[in-house]
Amino acid sequence: MSLAQHLPALQVVLPLISAPLAVLSRRAGLAFLIVTAAAWTAFAIAIALWLQVDLSGPVSYPIGNWEPPWGIEYRLDRLNSFMLVLVSGMAAIVLPYSRASIEREIPQESHYLFYAMLGLCLTGLLGMSITGDAFNLFVFLEISSLSTYVLIAMGRDRRALTAAYQYLIMGSIGATFIVIGIGFLYLMTGTLNLADMVDRVARIENSRPGLAALAFITVGVSLKVALAPLHQWLPNAYTYAPSSVSAFLAATATKVALYALIRFYFTVFGDAFLFEKLPLPKMMLVLSLFAMFFANFIAIFQDNLKRLFAYSSIGQIGYITLGLSFDSVDGVAASIMHLFNHGVAKGAIFLLIGAIVARLTTRQAAPPAPGFDRIAGLAKSMPWTCFGIVIGGLSLIGVPGTAGFISKWYLVLAAVDKGQWWLVGAILFSSLLAVAYVWRFVEAAYFRAPPAGREAFGEASLFLLIPAWLLVGATLWFGIDTSFTVGSAIEAAQQLVHSHQ
Amino acid sequence: MLAHFSNIITVFLMVAGLFIIIARGNLIKKLIGLSLFQTSVYLLYITPGKLIGGTAPIISPQYTVYSNPLPHVLILTAIVVGVATLALGLALAVRIREAYGSIEEDEILERDRGVEAEEAKEARS
Repeated sequence: MSLAQHLPALQVVLPLISAPLAVLSRRAGLAFLIVTAAAWTAFAIAIALWLQVDLSGPVSYPIGNWEPPWGIEYRLDRLNSFMLVLVSGMAAIVLPYSRASIEREIPQESHYLFYAMLGLCLTGLLGMSITGDAFNLFVFLEISSLSTYVLIAMGRDRRALTAAYQYLIMGSIGATFIVIGIGFLYLMTGTLNLADMVDRVARIENSRPGLAALAFITVGVSLKVALAPLHQWLPNAYTYAPSSVSAFLAATATKVALYALIRFYFTVFGDAFLFEKLPLPKMMLVLSLFAMFFANFIAIFQDNLKRLFAYSSIGQIGYITLGLSFDSVDGVAASIMHLFNHGVAKGAIFLLIGAIVARLTTRQAAPPAPGFDRIAGLAKSMPWTCFGIVIGGLSLIGVPGTAGFISKWYLVLAAVDKGQWWLVGAILFSSLLAVAYVWRFVEAAYFRAPPAGREAFGEASLFLLIPAWLLVGATLWFGIDTSFTVGSAIEAAQQLVHSHQ
Repeated sequence: MLAHFSNIITVFLMVAGLFIIIARGNLIKKLIGLSLFQTSVYLLYITPGKLIGGTAPIISPQYTVYSNPLPHVLILTAIVVGVATLALGLALAVRIREAYGSIEEDEILERDRGVEAEEAKEARS
């Protein structure tokens, strides 16, 4: 076999190897180079795999040449090749940013460990996306989760520790629920290969163990997704984690968990059963609306910028699950698009907030919370940073010309298609809540006078600005040229919806 | 009843573990609960894999009944994951003790509330 045929394995193995190499190097500079090189290579591989799927259909890779369903299979279709591009792309952008960003946030002697953990986290998320094996998915989930807990605990504020602990407890309960669910599925079907499970699940899904498996997997994955009301771990984790970690997690971790939810619902159980015979669409609709209104509403009253946008993330997840609950090609495509568009926009916002925090930090003290009183009048000294956050915010609202508009547009179309006109109103009204919290930032940064006694400082360093603006640029780009996002999402949705008939 | 005794133990451990996580405020006790909860899953996987009278799956003309080895292998992985989770949780508890001087959830929350009140005061002044 040539090297090109091994790309699916290399996609995961390269970041995995980079982590221990980074630990062995024991030097921040070398560790940075190793993990960044791995992330960039992973990004290149993800693009190559996406093109391969685009040209010649799904790719199956038997690990160790053990034929599926006996061995572990890596299986790529429209949906997960798209996810791989998002995850590895975010890592490729966040890593160069981290170099300058963690300078004051993490003690110098543990920088190399930070890179190793980021490499492991990337491995876990890529593995979850690419694998076609249920138990393998759990193992990669735990690899990404455990490294995430460590990354969050590296924040300078001591509340980062309690946030990490809380996430560890909630995340482990979620992961254990997922294993219980997978266990029931395995007991009933005798297979762990997701593709092989499909036909066999159809025979048992109405049985009691089948329904129990569905319930355990739904709750477990929802915990990792932070679907309201299972979101309690998220605001603290995003607020106190180092800036680059907040950005990476906001853009990828919950999104990959959503991918797992889509995979179990649409590929394994099949929407014909879930959405027509069970009350699942109604349940998802209620939870999505709850997330959209409740979390967006709470976000308005937050004084810490990071916490504000963390709550906004919970609200945006509501739009994604809302699209899934429609069970139509348009709805699921809107979800997949929003997953990508929101990831890019929220990643940009958290990177730029990190740039603000870096400017506000003095050499000795712990980084201050980016509260509204501290950012007053900031647009004069940091115009590019503030303008970038505004563009990201516009995408969260769904203003035409930004990526967020495209996915909300498809979501509205899907609602109209289902004849649910009142949902169109709900989507627009909850977007108004987003206007409120983005406006709070605009008001503070652009219209308030800087507090007296604040030292004058200039724009953030280019090492922070360039990666962040790459994402801001992507937010604008995918708002205009939608061939990649809309094209991939619609084809993925066509593969998923009603795939069992 | 007796035929299902392993299932009963599994469910008991599962519920007991979850209860400890929810009901106890001590960070170490919470981790003990988490470990119990994860342990119950090991039983859930392993017991159905064992057939009474079944042997190890080595093909031999003498035997016709084999136990399923796959659940054992899966759970070996899950045990490793469980150990790693517990170790990380304990490490975090140590760090929390160093930073807060306590591992009781309510005391930690109280101390954080003190800090937040100070921050708010700072913001107003």
